Amino acid sequence: MSVGIHAFGAYIPKARLQREVMARAYSWFNPSLANLGKGERAIANWDEDALTMAVEAARNALTPQQYTQIDGLYLASTSLPFQDRQNAGIAAEALHLGNDLHTMDITGSQRAGTSALLTALQIAVGNQRNTLVIGGEKRQTKASSPLQLTSGDGGAALLVGPGEGVATLVGYATQSVDFVDHYRGQNQPFDYVWEERWVRDEGFLKIVPSAVRQALSNADIAAAEIDHFCFPSPARRVAGMLAKTLGISDSAVRDNLQGRTGEAGSIHTLLMLTHALEEATPGQLILIAGFGQGCDALLFRTTDQVVTQGPMKDVNQLLSAGCQDDNYHRYLAINDLVTIEQGLRAEVDKQTGLTTLYRNKEMLLGLIGGRCETCDTLQYPKSNLCVNPDCGALNTQADHPFSNLSCKVNSYTADRLTYSPDPPAYYGMVQFDEGGRAMLDFTDIFSDSELSVGQAMCLMFRVKDYDVVRGFRRYFWKAVPIDNAFDNNGKP
Amino acid sequence: MAKGIRDKVAILGMGCSKFGERWNDNAEDLMVESFSEALKDAGIEKDQIEAAWFSTAIEEQHVGKSGIPLAMALRLPYIPVTRVENYCASGSEAFRGAVYAVASGAADIALALGVEKLKDTGYGGLPQRSRGGLNDMYWSNMSAPGSFAQLASAYQAKHRVSKQDLKQAMAHISVKSHDNGAKNPKAHLRKPITEEQVLNAPMIAEPLGLFDCCGVSDGSACAIVTTPDIAAALGKKDLITVKALQLAVSNGTEVQHNSWDGSYFMTTRAASKRAYQEAGIEKPRTAIDLLEVHDCFSVTELVTMEDLYISPEGEAINDVRNGFYDSDGKVPCQIDGGLKCFGHPIGASGLRMLYEIYLQMQGRAGDRQTAHDPVFGLTHNLGGFPHQNVCSVVIVGQQGA
Repeated sequence: MSVGIHAFGAYIPKARLQREVMARAYSWFNPSLANLGKGERAIANWDEDALTMAVEAARNALTPQQYTQIDGLYLASTSLPFQDRQNAGIAAEALHLGNDLHTMDITGSQRAGTSALLTALQIAVGNQRNTLVIGGEKRQTKASSPLQLTSGDGGAALLVGPGEGVATLVGYATQSVDFVDHYRGQNQPFDYVWEERWVRDEGFLKIVPSAVRQALSNADIAAAEIDHFCFPSPARRVAGMLAKTLGISDSAVRDNLQGRTGEAGSIHTLLMLTHALEEATPGQLILIAGFGQGCDALLFRTTDQVVTQGPMKDVNQLLSAGCQDDNYHRYLAINDLVTIEQGLRAEVDKQTGLTTLYRNKEMLLGLIGGRCETCDTLQYPKSNLCVNPDCGALNTQADHPFSNLSCKVNSYTADRLTYSPDPPAYYGMVQFDEGGRAMLDFTDIFSDSELSVGQAMCLMFRVKDYDVVRGFRRYFWKAVPIDNAFDNNGKP
Repeated sequence: MAKGIRDKVAILGMGCSKFGERWNDNAEDLMVESFSEALKDAGIEKDQIEAAWFSTAIEEQHVGKSGIPLAMALRLPYIPVTRVENYCASGSEAFRGAVYAVASGAADIALALGVEKLKDTGYGGLPQRSRGGLNDMYWSNMSAPGSFAQLASAYQAKHRVSKQDLKQAMAHISVKSHDNGAKNPKAHLRKPITEEQVLNAPMIAEPLGLFDCCGVSDGSACAIVTTPDIAAALGKKDLITVKALQLAVSNGTEVQHNSWDGSYFMTTRAASKRAYQEAGIEKPRTAIDLLEVHDCFSVTELVTMEDLYISPEGEAINDVRNGFYDSDGKVPCQIDGGLKCFGHPIGASGLRMLYEIYLQMQGRAGDRQTAHDPVFGLTHNLGGFPHQNVCSVVIVGQQGA
């Protein structure tokens, strides 16, 4: 029984921080940062986290039909928002996947992404179940650390299940080695990192080849046959050295996107895999490896479907949609790496009533509104009485999801009075093409000129508020201008 | 439709505190200040008041809940006191309670008093607070200026007005109110400004700059009302009576249904239509002599001129720029400086508007007294946001008009 990947998609946040600016800011302290001061890295907006980016990757990957075929959801990350509240469950609500679902967070090492994928594939083999594997990463890094320059924020999603799919699993191996190249202890915000030469020579170059050779052997495939090799070390030469060690063609070594996005931690292998699937032709072999206290190595062969199926926005489109950002101080501020004066308006209490949240979770996390079964009017939120002045019927509202509906700006403003971590706060009335409207926050606006009445928008799942007193965060949906690069936000 | 309360209730006395940054006064001090003036003006004793309505909107900031703070501050003799809140239209709501009590015969003399003590927040602008447990989870992160600012983008799109033309008309509105406020000793902001200053001011919420926004003030205003017969019996002449008192409240159409384009106030149109009907006014543009409207922001005043059916739809910009609403224009608007310069202590504002019209009709408005002989005056008091709000329209006038 074949198992494979049936859908895939990535998410890369829009702002691309210029590394030259980052390196220059701390060259007085660490001149060697200049060596890393090239290219750009993707940075999450203040209202994005590992969870929201994973959700956006899933929305990018899935067709409407696929949403209804999912039996499980695994969320991989080492930077999840909640330590005890299942993060995958929040994603499941945002994606309307229902309650008959096996959900799980997979975390704790830099191979969380590949381990989630491998586990989902094993479940597909054993139980013929479809599992959506999603991941996101937004690592907290210290100013002046090389990790801050080489890391990038992003998300990836893969739907795994029985059948050949776009790429079929042909072999894998996994090995566990307690090799501690870096770690982050309980209640510690930052990684503690050991010497990189040791990590390269004793870690990457010994542990990865062992797992890969075993995977190749299990699949009875020669290293020279590999067409795409995805290995996400920030330094390209490590993947090249591994290829040489293993006998993989140098031309198979894939771009690790270090120059464009940076390394999205534990899910970067998955992001590179989605990129490889977008560029692969049928019948090609893709090898991926995830390193972190051992190694997962997985081998896929693409099918004919790889050229007909793909995400709504491919990685190259996501890359070209980036906005150059040279405001390093903003990055430091929105990542709590510098203490800034937020003003008294920031002190409004953000306590969330958990009863209120639970009672309204479909409305809030899933953006479920109503459709009147008498007059067909859409409205958000749902209510007992239809909002249509010509109808007003009682108890006729059927659930209607709004998150994938296209909409346009009806009115807007850029507000410098209200507190926002990244002022001005943009918001306005958006009107859905199929009916219904809502006064929503806007996000990912990089200049006033982007907004006009009639501007087409799409919705994204974002952090609404951080309750810093209690460590909670609220999620909701925000409107984002549709990039000119894309025809529409996609799916019905 | 009901016949309404036209001429059933007369204003017996009114009072208004100085508005502004009253750093050294508590809300109770402001209440006593406005009440003392009103009681003296009415020429009655405190114990002749049979019922009171008390308006505050952000009571957590000062007096706390209930009608008790009013009863205690004024030492009222164990009469009914009702505290009302209806966003920034709370003051008109207190007036409505008192007027209806008299009109119904339940009370001979009733008091409406509003107060707000806003300058204890530590920052400029209105206090930022929770909007309710569930609302906080999905309402946009909006401020008052940010919600009203959106009138501009929608109005521009609907009437194909350039941003510059709209901004200039808005600037004219603010310059006019500053000119008027400069002549008002009780006003919070008393410095004239220029159109250039308005246009170059720091942006608060696009396209509203600093001078497009009203002052946030401490203050109190109150009214004592009775029947025309009792007023006459007390020796009052040239009575000013209530001609109409209407309130319209959003039911969610604006925020949830696509029939509203965002450029006007559905509530104001509904309330003003009913008010003109109740007052027997057919042509408001010629019948109304004085306007006190809820100019929380310059753009609000602009679109309100159309929603009150004074300017034809899409033509308020021309009327504003032609000086139609200036103090020496056909229908002076905000002749006291308005919310813009008199100030906006929320719970008091609706009553402050009536106070000005009351003074003007009696020829007691000092340096800012209109040269017209006003017969009908209208107050428009708005609370909330353009997409969900409460709107009160009150018409008062000379008895017998």
